[in-house]
Amino acid sequence: MTLAQVQIQKREGGTCEANNGFCPDWIADNLDRYVDPFLQHVFLTVTSVAIGFVIAFALALLAHRKRWLLPPLSASSQILYGIPSVALFLLLLPITGRGSVTGLIALVSYTLIFVFVNVTTGLDGVPKDSVDAARGMGLTERQLLWRVEVPLALPEIFAGLRIATTTTVGLAALAFFAGAGGLGEEITRDKGFQSNIAVAGGLAVLLALVLDLLILSVQRLMTPWRRAAM
Amino acid sequence: MAKGGDVSIPLASVFSEFGGAIEFLFKAQPSDLDPNTKVGGVSEMLGLLLNHVALSGAAVAIGTAIAIPLGLYLGHHGKGEFAAINASNVGRAIPTLVLLTVFIAYIGVGFVPIMLALALLALPPVLTNTWVAARQVERETVDAARGMGMTDSQIIQRVELPLSLPTIFAGIRVAAVNVVATATIAPLGSVDSLGTPIISGNVYGADGRLGAAIAVSVLTLAVSGALAALQRAITPKGLKMGAEKPRRRFSPNLRRRETATP
Amino acid sequence: MKALKTPLAILAALLLALGLAACGKDEKKEKGGGAGSQQSSSGPPIEKVPGAESKPTITIGSKNFTEQYILGNIYASALKAAGFKVKTSLDLGSEVVAYKALKQGEISAYPEYTGTALTAFFKVPVLKVPKEPAPAFEQVKTRLAKQQITALPTTPFENTFRLALSKQKAQEIGNPKTTSELKGKTADLKISGFPECKKRVDCLLGVEKTYGLKFGGFVASEEKYDVIENGSADVIFGFTTDGELTTGKYVTVDDDKKLFPPYNVSLLMRNETFKEIGPEGQKVIENVQKPLTEKIMGELNSRVDLDKQEPEKVASDYLREAGFTK
Repeated sequence: MTLAQVQIQKREGGTCEANNGFCPDWIADNLDRYVDPFLQHVFLTVTSVAIGFVIAFALALLAHRKRWLLPPLSASSQILYGIPSVALFLLLLPITGRGSVTGLIALVSYTLIFVFVNVTTGLDGVPKDSVDAARGMGLTERQLLWRVEVPLALPEIFAGLRIATTTTVGLAALAFFAGAGGLGEEITRDKGFQSNIAVAGGLAVLLALVLDLLILSVQRLMTPWRRAAM
Repeated sequence: MAKGGDVSIPLASVFSEFGGAIEFLFKAQPSDLDPNTKVGGVSEMLGLLLNHVALSGAAVAIGTAIAIPLGLYLGHHGKGEFAAINASNVGRAIPTLVLLTVFIAYIGVGFVPIMLALALLALPPVLTNTWVAARQVERETVDAARGMGMTDSQIIQRVELPLSLPTIFAGIRVAAVNVVATATIAPLGSVDSLGTPIISGNVYGADGRLGAAIAVSVLTLAVSGALAALQRAITPKGLKMGAEKPRRRFSPNLRRRETATP
Repeated sequence: MKALKTPLAILAALLLALGLAACGKDEKKEKGGGAGSQQSSSGPPIEKVPGAESKPTITIGSKNFTEQYILGNIYASALKAAGFKVKTSLDLGSEVVAYKALKQGEISAYPEYTGTALTAFFKVPVLKVPKEPAPAFEQVKTRLAKQQITALPTTPFENTFRLALSKQKAQEIGNPKTTSELKGKTADLKISGFPECKKRVDCLLGVEKTYGLKFGGFVASEEKYDVIENGSADVIFGFTTDGELTTGKYVTVDDDKKLFPPYNVSLLMRNETFKEIGPEGQKVIENVQKPLTEKIMGELNSRVDLDKQEPEKVASDYLREAGFTK
């Protein structure tokens, strides 16, 4: 049997870590603790933007066809967006319980307004001449939508997607209120420690910028005719 | 266990949780921790509400007071396009929680640091909208004013500012909604707000937490609605009926009339 | 495809950097040798409990502060070493959330302080909580049994509130030794505690009533000792096991009127889980917490709060240093 000892160290404070400072050595040694929260953050952001995009895009197409749906849909997405995120995470808890599902539902509801509004305005902004010309060529309504209207609205649609994405990265930092993890959880664990805030906060900002750049690149690939204008 | 045991969603219990939360807002009740301490009720919630509004109001006022002159100046001279236009987009990418904790970690807790953090949050939308609005004023109008002998600062004050007001107000509305929503986490920095029952869950209990979430949602929606009404009221008739109907949309590039207005 | 290259490259580089960091985890250099070490009683290494692998997965929870993260990890790793399948859910928030999660079966067990259990779960007025640890624990045990929850025996250490102030401030007001001696000297002193302290009888409210103190203001903050360091407050509600108290920069005053109830830790466990782990599993829990004196818990907390090590690592180092694991 080994003689057990727990090392008791004499500390006098004064180290960079004990002073909650910005400590490059500590950061280099501790990057690994941010891997899982970062991946959770990526998961929350990408999943909710993807789901939100599909829902809002479908609703926008519906409202494009049936105009009377536009005011109620647009008003409800505005009301959803108006609810503070912390509050929404908590309002959902009694209904959906703790965990990433609750986090995702709240985050999805925030992406709706950006995509919905931009898809509808994008489709409305398609020049009437182009639509008439396409109709003259005998395109069906479905062909008109997918071959003319949606491609011409792409810049608007992508703009909405970009804003939805950067906003969601920011809001996902509060998803820990719903028990969904993410970088926000790491931030609040030691929110007085400058190194921690710098790394966790920096990763969130970096993630937003990279995703934004990624979407912008995809947009350029899909709309080569607009390249000069960007 | 949670799985399998009670499969049916207890709808009644969901209702009772929300019922308890609303009761918390209007009727003081014993704290979870100590029956002699009363929490919730109209008077405490009103106090928190006032603090919430004061904090947010001060932050929006300071942010606006900096952003409008800056935006008008830059817009008038056509400078700072990159800064003014990207401010909103980069601003969005910074999580509000990070902004707040950076201020806590580097400056400290209390009313002033938290208010400054919130003011920083209010700045970008107002700056961007002011800049864009100032650029949108027709050159002919500006030239006419100059022809009448107005100086640059007179043009900004008497021509560009009035014409830009509706768009600037749209920016103030975005800023106010963001700030009021974010003031919910102000108690993390030792400032009481409607978020206090959320952050101090032990004292206020589950009812308090949910009640505060409801209260803060109602407040944000009310602020958003009130500012929207105000925005409509100050928009000159000519602009409202104008041939070119302003279209709403969100764009990170914001080279358009009306900018992000949730 | 050219346009896509840059952002994808950045993303790849980012993930690679984090990935490398994760790989380097085990090679991290240990902090330099200690100035002293404490011998402690400890059992032999944890042995596998027969049949543990076939039991349902145990989920260990914790509240959201340092000591709880460490304790949660210690219990989880110990049960894992005994062969049980273990999951953790270590960031539940307040005791209200944690207790609810326990009752609803989201978690199987979590560590709670006896005083907190009585006041928070059963609304026992703070001043009516037994002043001695043993009767306090007995009461917790009896009351929880009715909720189908077993309170396992407590840790040696207790983690209670103590008013703490900087050495310098203490000198200025004449080196008080007890909380009673603060009377009449606190009008200019700002006091700080976590946000809800203001309204807790086992915190500011109780201190003001019991000792008749009036402070010059309350600063709500979770950054206890930083608040003294940056001058936002003069007195704080420290915990007896706080790592900072071992640095010699601060002094505490005694709770001479015994306001604060006993706060020993008991692992609260759902009855069905308690049956699953059996007497051998229970023995594992009791053994690993035996060396946890106030001093050792303070050391472990220091490693997280002052050295900024991860709670998971601190817990596994503890189990190794105390001889429970290799």
